[in-house]
Amino acid sequence: MTVNELTEKYGLSPVIVPEGEREIRGGYCGDLLSWVMGRAQQDNVWITIMSNMNIVAVASLSDVSAVVLAEGVSLEQSVIDTAAAKGVNILASEKGAFELAALIAPDV
Amino acid sequence: MTDSLTFHFDVDGENFVSAGQASVQVKKNLRELGFPPEIIRRVSIAMYEGEINMVIHAGGGTADVDVFEDRIVIVLSDHGPGIPDIDLAMQEGYSTATDNVRSLGFGAGMGLPNMKRYTDEMRIDSTVGKGTVITMCILCS
Ligand SMILES: Nc1ncnc2c1ncn2[C@@H]1O[C@H](COP(=O)(O)OP(=O)(O)OP(=O)(O)O)[C@@H](O)[C@H]1O
Ligand SMILES: [Mg+2]
Repeated sequence: MTVNELTEKYGLSPVIVPEGEREIRGGYCGDLLSWVMGRAQQDNVWITIMSNMNIVAVASLSDVSAVVLAEGVSLEQSVIDTAAAKGVNILASEKGAFELAALIAPDV
Repeated sequence: MTDSLTFHFDVDGENFVSAGQASVQVKKNLRELGFPPEIIRRVSIAMYEGEINMVIHAGGGTADVDVFEDRIVIVLSDHGPGIPDIDLAMQEGYSTATDNVRSLGFGAGMGLPNMKRYTDEMRIDSTVGKGTVITMCILCS
């Protein structure tokens, strides 16, 4: 499933989606950045409640397909601008991480 | 000796919100050089963990990356407090990070273990009160 298809299917908010046709394979949930870098796989969708600038670098270097912000977390404009420049897809939802993971898992 | 490409970075110790710029630049360079994505990913993450450590634990430092055809060598050097017990620091979960740093999502004590896991060789030379030099090598063949 692509990032655009995921966004559409579950009514996620596209915060910034520079590469919407990217394919998603599997996922990882977590907020501690070194756990994410150690455990998330390339092309995963990464579900988190962290919102600071470092999530852009972590998403980019770990090469995940998209970040999904849970619990209605919002981003500062500077974070959005950096994600746009680095080609990092970010989606958002009011749902919690557990619920989001359960929803998305069968599709990816 | 094969020719190598060399990249040098000064890592600013003041700003840990924008930390990681050297690693992001190296990722870009390796991609342009045509390295396989999995190699780039391992290099980027190992270097980012080391770069972040220099910023949050050592007040910044320098990063030197040597790119050979068959391997990539990363040397991270700082004049921070040093690591008193390297075996302890290498354990998963061990961290001296402050609450401030933890609130940004760091401080899980997983950085050094990740660096070890994603590289083929890693050496830590550290002297308390003087600083730390970490050398990592990733084989590409
Ligand atoms: N360059 C360094 N200078 C001084 N101490 C360091 C340095 N790098 C690591 N350390 C020490 O080793 C500990 C473990 O490092 P490690 O990267 O594994 O975890 P962390 O940085 O605390 O958390 P995480 O990397 O999971 O965000 C650190 O908490 C710190 O005490
Ligand atoms: Mg660390």
